[in-house]
Amino acid sequence: MTGLRLRRPDFSRRALLTAGTLAVGGLALSGCDKLSQSAGFVNTLGAAEGLTMGAQRLLLSAKPLAREFSPKDISPVFKPNGSTMPSDDDYQAALSNGFSDWKLQVDGLVNRPLGISMAQLKAMPSRTQITRHDCVEGWSAIAGWTGVQLGRVLHAAGLKPNARYVVFHCADDLEPSLDGSGRYYESLDLVDAFHPQTILAYAMNGQPLAVPHGAPIRLRVERQLGYKQAKYVMRLEVVDRFDKIGSGKGGFWEDRGYEWYAGI
Amino acid sequence: MSMDEPSDAVPVDEPALETAPEPPPEPTPAPARKPVREVIYRHTLAVRVTHWINLFCITLLLMSGLQIFNAHPRLYWGQYGADHDKAFIEMMATGSDMDHLGGVTKIAGHAFKTTGVLGASAGTDHTLIPRGFPRWATLPSFQDLAVGRRWHFALAWLFVINGLIYLGFGLQSRHFSRDLAPTREQIRPSHILKDIWDHMRLKHPRGEEAKSYNVLQKFAYLAVIFLLLPVMVLTGLTMSPGFDAVVPWLLDLFGGRQSARTIHFISANLIVLFVLVHVVEVFLAGVVNEIRSMITGRYVVPPEIHP
Repeated sequence: MTGLRLRRPDFSRRALLTAGTLAVGGLALSGCDKLSQSAGFVNTLGAAEGLTMGAQRLLLSAKPLAREFSPKDISPVFKPNGSTMPSDDDYQAALSNGFSDWKLQVDGLVNRPLGISMAQLKAMPSRTQITRHDCVEGWSAIAGWTGVQLGRVLHAAGLKPNARYVVFHCADDLEPSLDGSGRYYESLDLVDAFHPQTILAYAMNGQPLAVPHGAPIRLRVERQLGYKQAKYVMRLEVVDRFDKIGSGKGGFWEDRGYEWYAGI
Repeated sequence: MSMDEPSDAVPVDEPALETAPEPPPEPTPAPARKPVREVIYRHTLAVRVTHWINLFCITLLLMSGLQIFNAHPRLYWGQYGADHDKAFIEMMATGSDMDHLGGVTKIAGHAFKTTGVLGASAGTDHTLIPRGFPRWATLPSFQDLAVGRRWHFALAWLFVINGLIYLGFGLQSRHFSRDLAPTREQIRPSHILKDIWDHMRLKHPRGEEAKSYNVLQKFAYLAVIFLLLPVMVLTGLTMSPGFDAVVPWLLDLFGGRQSARTIHFISANLIVLFVLVHVVEVFLAGVVNEIRSMITGRYVVPPEIHP
């Protein structure tokens, strides 16, 4: 017996195996693209979001703070992302007089709907925090933020017993559209809304918040990604559900496939 | 196909003789000993199942990870890093207009032309578009960060659960101490040097020696299981702003969120390197026997060579 003849079957098996692996691999990859375009399958993958949120909520139950940095850690340039100048008429009018007669609306499931002026907001106890902003794309920037804890504003308005979420209505159309579906908005549940680091920020790095960063106020909800940090916040609406707002997923980017809980 | 191997090195139960078209070219000397086809049970069911689930997870995690990377194909060291900060690794498209794109990859200040693969590669209509990694490497192939993240985090859960099951079985069955821990004999420098020399000559152990892993193989497996994969998980978690609030020391361990992202990327490359070497070794050691052993558990011990 010689090696040559004995190895023939081995060779063909090897070729078969290689060809088979490549074929299965190729099919699998084009299959993955098909699955990625199927809303049902993408939603199934999204079930992991519930697992992630559950795990993080469990781990975060003691309400630890996100890391706060020192002034020397601040990014030299903080990249403004998304809208940098809302074209909305009301916004432009308010901007032209320095937001002096602009008021933050607080309504929905509250006992006392409020209209809070900038002067009133700045007269409330403030919190300053130097934190890291993490964009879902992968980059990070550090800045100092000063503002009023959202919890104080909600306490001032008084929540009704069925209040579950706070929806942040913004002035910018990130995706200009005729029907208003491109208007930016975000939402938080009460766990994050009452976290001590969740603030309505009116100053950044010691300066009044500039327009590209969301003047007059933007939300800072540390421990979540950048798209939760809504800019140009005009109105807080307290609701028991958000499925009738926008496309029903709780935010501009959530309506476009991103997770509502953006802790990772 | 390894025709230089002596004929007695192959399994003897192949019914190949009747298909032989010609007689042996020279008289075969009578073998000193009849080769025995020895089959051992090499991989337990837990190892086999977790191995293939792991392969599935790592393949899709890698590809969805490259999709996520493509959303911002720049890597930094430190706590922060964005467009205006100095990148350690970056991929970008160059050129005056879309008809004259080129791909450039910069690593620690050194620029490499990577047109067609990194920085700029073919879109759906085969013209170059700015992309970090090319379509064939990402999941999904088209740019969609949201869907890439869905894949990545769903598979990350499966990967971690599968890994924990593997670790549990490994400890319970003493797989690590019995099969993966190098023996006292194996960690002698002379033995390690001999093993390196054997690897360089592509010489694989046979007979009794082939029944256990060689020392370089053990080092590689241990490094992947107990260093590389845990670093992957931990750097992944360090990128989570929520998890950072729970375990802030991870930021100190890796030197910041952006450093963690860079280490996550480098570790992913090291896993790819490991898999390439692993697959090459499987082919060199006998692809059918090796893959069969990871499916059925049974491994044919390559017989000793008797000159």
